[in-house]
Amino acid sequence: MNDIYEGLAAAFWLVMTLDADLIEISLRSLQVSLTALVIASAIALPLGTLLAIRRFRYRRLTISLLNALMGLPPVVVGLIVYILLSRSGPFGVLGLLFTPTAMIIAQVIIITPLIASITHQAMRELWAEYHDLLISLNTSGRQRITTLILDGRRNLLTASLAGFGRAIGEVGAIMIVGGNIDNATRVLTTAIALETGRGDFALALALGFVLIALAIGVNIAIHWLSRTEREGRW
Amino acid sequence: MIVRLLAVLTASVISGTVFAEEVKLAVTTSFENSGLSDVLLPAIREDTGIDVQLLVVGTGQALRLGEAGDVDAILVHSRAAEEAFVAGGYGTHRREIMYNDFVFVGPIDDPAAVGIATSAADALQKIGEEKPAFVSRGDDSGTHKKELSLWRAAGLDAGSFTGWYREVGAGMGASLNTASGLNAYILADRASWLNFGNKGDLVLLYSGDPALFNQYAYLPVNPQKHPHVQNDLVAQLETWLTGERAVELINGYTIAGEALFTFNAVPK
Amino acid sequence: MVTSILPLVLENTSVRRRGKRLIGPVDYALAPEGLTIIIGPNGSGKTTLLRVMHGVERISEGRVRWAVPDEHAQHHQAYVFQTPIMLRRSVGDNLRYPLHLVKTPRAETEAAVSDWLERIDLQDRMKLQATRLSGGEKQRLALARALIRRPQVLFLDEPCANLDGASTRAIEALLSDALAAGTRIVMTTHDLGQARRLASDAVFMLHGKIGASGPAPQFFDAPESAELGAFLRGDIVA
Repeated sequence: MNDIYEGLAAAFWLVMTLDADLIEISLRSLQVSLTALVIASAIALPLGTLLAIRRFRYRRLTISLLNALMGLPPVVVGLIVYILLSRSGPFGVLGLLFTPTAMIIAQVIIITPLIASITHQAMRELWAEYHDLLISLNTSGRQRITTLILDGRRNLLTASLAGFGRAIGEVGAIMIVGGNIDNATRVLTTAIALETGRGDFALALALGFVLIALAIGVNIAIHWLSRTEREGRW
Repeated sequence: MIVRLLAVLTASVISGTVFAEEVKLAVTTSFENSGLSDVLLPAIREDTGIDVQLLVVGTGQALRLGEAGDVDAILVHSRAAEEAFVAGGYGTHRREIMYNDFVFVGPIDDPAAVGIATSAADALQKIGEEKPAFVSRGDDSGTHKKELSLWRAAGLDAGSFTGWYREVGAGMGASLNTASGLNAYILADRASWLNFGNKGDLVLLYSGDPALFNQYAYLPVNPQKHPHVQNDLVAQLETWLTGERAVELINGYTIAGEALFTFNAVPK
Repeated sequence: MVTSILPLVLENTSVRRRGKRLIGPVDYALAPEGLTIIIGPNGSGKTTLLRVMHGVERISEGRVRWAVPDEHAQHHQAYVFQTPIMLRRSVGDNLRYPLHLVKTPRAETEAAVSDWLERIDLQDRMKLQATRLSGGEKQRLALARALIRRPQVLFLDEPCANLDGASTRAIEALLSDALAAGTRIVMTTHDLGQARRLASDAVFMLHGKIGASGPAPQFFDAPESAELGAFLRGDIVA
């Protein structure tokens, strides 16, 4: 209990004094995870929607694969990305290992299946609801997808936020591919792992509280930006 | 709504950081945990303009990173492995920089009486007899290799230990956390131990045997194997690390009044 | 004036699902004018017949022919489902939606939307989320949304099931207006009173086949089959 109290106090102090290191790693956490989120969403939202309304040959297989990939341990993703990006690996020439870009790549791989899978579930329900009407109104395939994405945007937002939560709280993969380099690839989660390793539980906990606050803050901000709360219509 | 959302998201995405002169240096956890890096890195940047990016890993992984060309140089402490690294053509040479020492840490009531040991080998023999909980790094790191060689020197085979001997496969800090939780004995480098914040009932029981000295060496990655490495910067860094400012900072670094490292680089 | 898509002719049409015949074989011609009511016991195939006519049910045998090519015919029909499907949008946007799909100019769309909001008495609900409307309001909105593209033919599947008297009256008034404006209407109903009030002609479905059909007065007053007579008296017809 004492550790928790000290952690809260330390977190309060770090935030109040606008600790430069804290701000830097928090911003980097946001930068990496939000970039990963944008990229993953751009892939996963249309993919999930397409899986919900199109019938194609390997649809079932794709869905099973997505669900399986959702449970992929981040450490394994990290290791695979590491081997691919290593100087002795196939993409070594790009020199991306131990950069924020490598961390973004790993996070995109981790959260894309999650977002696509949640999108697919939600869109399947919405499609079941809209199916007859959209067929009756003689809509084109494109119009159907647009309508579903537009009217299902709250579900898509939920899917994306789930992805963001997983991305920003992830440590295994980005530790491996980012290397937790101070001033370059250190983010909140890897800093927490580091401070825990040093036995400085109060600081680790403080960073943990900042991470939680950040995750909640982003959720609220995105909900507010999309005005879901104000209109209260979902 | 979607457009606005994307705009905000995109705006928050700042482009990746790119520094002009950066060197990636793989170092061991014990070096980083000592806090010495916090003193050296700013000084290096000040004097040479080089931004040293530390990859804090175990010696085993540090050597792998060097072999793969994912770092420009490594700073580790495991002589046999280092020599193999150079012999394999992965490094250009091995330059000794400094040493610190390992210490035996254990519960304050000291059931194995390590506190009255006469040598490192004696301390381990006492532990091997009493069989109290002992935490081993078990991660192929320099510290782990050192521990194994000390067991061998004491005439014991760590591979045959059961139950009380816990290989945790983790870094120094995490292993110390485990030892603290189990109230177990552990071999740690002095710096990590002094900087460790979660000591619990653990105390330093034995140190001082020269067998416990821990030599750090600097190994540039071979540019003939990996043409992309920053060989010039690596050489510049080596000159700095073996120079006067380094002597002063390394020998002058203390925690709780105790000096941790002894500079012993031989001038070229 | 656009060319009429009617008459609609069903030739030897049947629908099978999982080895079970839902309707058929059915031969029927939908005349160019009037309001056709489809009645029949539960499971007799009323809804399936309606969906076949609208072209949203895959047929297993036979043909369904409009006077014009299908592509063209599809643009001039609308369908109101038994349970109104509300888009998760505002009332106004639900009405705009069918017009947006065919790229109607903005001014024209807005004029049509405010006109229809008034007709269905929801002018003060334009910004409300459609899913929050009451059952009767939803069905009025669904009807307006179906009519806003001025279809030549309007299909309705039990539009007044689960509605109270006032709501039913409002729907029937809207249907009369549409009929007067020249819209061809085909609807199923369980409510024999409603069938008598609205029908210009009627179809009696039984066991997936057309049991009887014809102009309204004779159909109801001089039933051509014993089953229809029994059904109209309120007996259970199995």
